[in-house]
Amino acid sequence: MSASYILKRIALIFYTLFVVSILVFGITQILPADAAVMMLGENATQDALDALRTQMGLNDPIWLQYLHWASGVVQGDFGTSLRTGQPVGPALFSALGTSLTLAVLALALMLVLAVPMGILAAVRRGKLSDLVVGFISYIGVSLPEFVTATLAVVLVADLWGLLPPAGYIPLSEDLWGGLQRLILPVCVASVMMIAHVSRMVRSELVDVMHTDYIRAARLKGLTPRRVLFRHGLRNALLPTITIVALDVGYLLGGIIVVEEIFSIPGIGRSLMSAIQARDLPVIQAGVMIMAATYSIVNFAADLMYAWLDKRIQYD
Amino acid sequence: MTDFLRRLLRSPQGALGCLVVGLILIAVVFGPYLTHYGPEDMQALARYKGPSAEHWLGTDQYGRDIFSRLLDGARSTVLMAVVATVIGTLGGAIIGTGSAYLGGRSDEFIMRTNDAVMAIPSLLMALMVVSLLGSNSVNALLAIAIAFMPSMARISRSVALTVRKQDYVSAAIARGEGAPYIVLREMLPNVIAPIVVEMTIRVSFAVMLFATLSFLGLGAQPPATDWGLMVSEARQYLHRSYWILLWPSAAIALTAIGFNLLGDGLRDALNPRT
Repeated sequence: MSASYILKRIALIFYTLFVVSILVFGITQILPADAAVMMLGENATQDALDALRTQMGLNDPIWLQYLHWASGVVQGDFGTSLRTGQPVGPALFSALGTSLTLAVLALALMLVLAVPMGILAAVRRGKLSDLVVGFISYIGVSLPEFVTATLAVVLVADLWGLLPPAGYIPLSEDLWGGLQRLILPVCVASVMMIAHVSRMVRSELVDVMHTDYIRAARLKGLTPRRVLFRHGLRNALLPTITIVALDVGYLLGGIIVVEEIFSIPGIGRSLMSAIQARDLPVIQAGVMIMAATYSIVNFAADLMYAWLDKRIQYD
Repeated sequence: MTDFLRRLLRSPQGALGCLVVGLILIAVVFGPYLTHYGPEDMQALARYKGPSAEHWLGTDQYGRDIFSRLLDGARSTVLMAVVATVIGTLGGAIIGTGSAYLGGRSDEFIMRTNDAVMAIPSLLMALMVVSLLGSNSVNALLAIAIAFMPSMARISRSVALTVRKQDYVSAAIARGEGAPYIVLREMLPNVIAPIVVEMTIRVSFAVMLFATLSFLGLGAQPPATDWGLMVSEARQYLHRSYWILLWPSAAIALTAIGFNLLGDGLRDALNPRT
């Protein structure tokens, strides 16, 4: 892995953000929403509207508006929310923190469950445990988040009364109360990935166990356990890094639904309410932050992959 | 072809997938003839009923027969999902194969831009498109089609590139065949198969995405029988009956499982190695 490769990948992240910014700016420009009317209300006089439009630069040509917005974003200024009048950046970044707590916990739960499930299914291929894991993963990839979330709330919160149905308390304020409210959202957010990743681990491991070097290790007289852990898993788990990183895109989408159902004040919920209220600056900033998160995670995954697998030579 | 079907039906996934998708297609085509209740017939005296001989799956908060509503919803939910997937796949395939055909710098540029668009989660993309066009079923369909295009473009490009390098294509070129013959007779049949597999699996995502949009209030509007909308409405009446929530959820899951199984079965049947 050369320095020029890393530079190229970083340049690609900036290109990604550039494309996303044009896309999201374009979409929000076509949206049938008048920022001046939203800020002043329906009853504002024509003079007041005109004055505000000039002041906000809404009469400028679109490319000038884009440049104005983009130069703000580069300096960390995402504009002010049309709905609340507050700066968008600080509010969204604190919401991002909440969402990342949820996402990281969901990823951790996924890894703890999906990897052993995949290994078990691959090692006992064709046996009952393989069928059970396969069955679970088919069910898992077929349940959208809103269904799992609703069923989880009905069963665990309403019927059995084990956990609170919704709400959010920052972990720094009340660790136990906060965790209690995070259990269901984290489980729901990770279901789809558990199903997908366990299937991928299984098929990778099955492929690896058929390679020549595994046969060589067996013929050398190593114990099955040693063959599996030292030779099999090392190679089978590497591609999982890439798959998990790509799944983060899916996770970010799922988090929108999960936050909406469990009323968690994260970036997904901010985006949903911004889309419903046509709060353009918040939509623009929210989509940019989501795309940036996805790009950075995938960049990190590529670096980790190359670092762990010395055979990979990016150029 | 018969050989292919035999291979498909011999694998457990393929057989089960064919069965489930077949049942769903029957529901879509013959839905109204399978029940004597209309999807919007209300019976004030038979609200919140559990499953019985009269109402197979019970009734909802207005005394509407849930089975009839599910059958009616199958038409919109499943058909919309299939159409959205087909449009998304076609769009993606045109971008992908076009990019592979152009090659060089334009290919690099198109695919980098395509990858950049993929940084937006498809649900978020669909949400933005729907908010741009307005909330109704047709716009949700377009939104899903657009959200699917980048990933389908990436897949069709990689398939087209591998096929282009195959010996049989080189052989056709060496025989002196014309470009239309090579593209249509040699490349296309080999490009289509993997794309059809991917498309079948995508239908299950489209069903779920479509239901999610309806659930969030951005797809079909009441009193439509979209399964996602049915789940969303049922949430308010949970204390009266769990059945109204359970059945549409099960319908979504069953459809998604069916298309997933069929897709996996198709992949195995098309790939004689495994």
